[in-house]
Amino acid sequence: MSINVSIPSAFRRHTEGLDRFACAADNLDELLDALANRFPELKPHLRDDQGKVRRFLNIYVNDEDIRFLDKDYKFAEGDQVTLVPSIAGG
Amino acid sequence: MSANLPYQLRCRECQTTWGNKPVSYCEKCFAPLEVIYDLEQIKKSINRDEIARRPTNLWRYKELLPLPEQYDASLPVGFTPLIKAPALGETFRTKSLYLKNDSVCFPTLSFKDRVVAVALTQASSFGFEVVSCSSTGNLANAVAAQAARSGFKACVFIPADLEPAKILGTEIYGARIVRIAGNYDHVNRLCSQIADKHRWGFVNVNLRPYYAEGSKTVGYEIAEQLGWRLPDNVVIPMAGGSLITKIYKAFRELVELGLVEAKNVKFFGAQATGCSPISTAVKAGRNEIEPQKPSTIARSLAIGNPADGFYAASTIVGSGGWAEDSSDAEIVDAMALLAESEGIFTETAGGVTVSAARKLYAQGRILPEETTVLCITGNGLKTTDALAGRHQAAEPIAPKLAAFEEYLEKELTAVAGGAQ
Repeated sequence: MSINVSIPSAFRRHTEGLDRFACAADNLDELLDALANRFPELKPHLRDDQGKVRRFLNIYVNDEDIRFLDKDYKFAEGDQVTLVPSIAGG
Repeated sequence: MSANLPYQLRCRECQTTWGNKPVSYCEKCFAPLEVIYDLEQIKKSINRDEIARRPTNLWRYKELLPLPEQYDASLPVGFTPLIKAPALGETFRTKSLYLKNDSVCFPTLSFKDRVVAVALTQASSFGFEVVSCSSTGNLANAVAAQAARSGFKACVFIPADLEPAKILGTEIYGARIVRIAGNYDHVNRLCSQIADKHRWGFVNVNLRPYYAEGSKTVGYEIAEQLGWRLPDNVVIPMAGGSLITKIYKAFRELVELGLVEAKNVKFFGAQATGCSPISTAVKAGRNEIEPQKPSTIARSLAIGNPADGFYAASTIVGSGGWAEDSSDAEIVDAMALLAESEGIFTETAGGVTVSAARKLYAQGRILPEETTVLCITGNGLKTTDALAGRHQAAEPIAPKLAAFEEYLEKELTAVAGGAQ
């Protein structure tokens, strides 16, 4: 199974300029691990010291904020995951 | 801070400074950026008398705003009335209630005119030709109007179901509107992605740190209009949560500059119950925000994932304030209460604020002897659909005195009957 991650320009200096990343993660934890393993410099920007997703990072699965999905949401084939810095709007 | 920069961006979390550029987040840690100033330097150049000599608009606080060397200060934005509210105060059993009335802000009748005025000076300085925003309506109006005046092309993004008056009030200025089939949070996410790709000046995305500083002028004006003193309490509507943090910042700067005496002002936030991520957090004793899916008539406040929610909740709790939220029916009642008591027709967001104040007085969280300011941020003529069905159109009568006498008798009988 493969899911696609869209990487915002804010992150790209830690991803060798890549704006997309495909991986086989089953859930959010695995996805963040996969990103952190592939791009070690990105790791501290994904989770805080307690392992929680960073406050200023929003994660969407297809069109939905992941926080509205089931806590143990399992990715489906072809899911499009989008990372977006949260500092906008209002 | 570098000696040749009167202001620059600094990360709110890791404190790294970034000079000035169109970006809203720290490239090191992705936390929000905000503008900092050399207040020691500013202290030498402004005082109460100097400010009093300047035109009555927000440009009178120019040293405390992130303005480029050249900017157009010809639009008299801001400096809206701060009025005492004796009749509304009587309802709340207080004699010290004030209204900061941004429902008459120039040019588009909401406090968003302030933030856009500041953002467009930077849009010009950074060389953007197209300005844009994600908007629940008021911001789109302000961007469209001021872009027309300043010669920018404007393209704004809104949720498809906005109030017709807010859509018309954008279209009339020749701005392009992109209606998005989704709520504000969807619109906002899309705008972040567009700003990431296209070189447009999104006032509340890549220009956001500068834009947000415009909100401070509400705070400066409140202090100046109270005779250079701070109130005990302010009640502020919350959507993205930025305004409350910026009024806090404004008061703190005035204290630091010696323009007002220090005071522990309590900050109170107001939301609609149908979109209350910040007030829910405050009531639960936390500052971490859980997003919500908005469902409220207060569409200008319908942001379920507020960018500054964490900071707004922290400001409220840190000040000893509180947050309240109100149902749609309570919001409409409060709009009518403000109109009937003080003659101010505010939009739904103003109803949210007045309703919150009513609750806060009733709970004893705001005391009658304290000086309290309610921030009325938008105009009721833009959200008339929220009042649909509340007032029935009267039957017309013939233009004859006899017909009027008959009408009067009928009405008096009805009133007398109703009184029995």
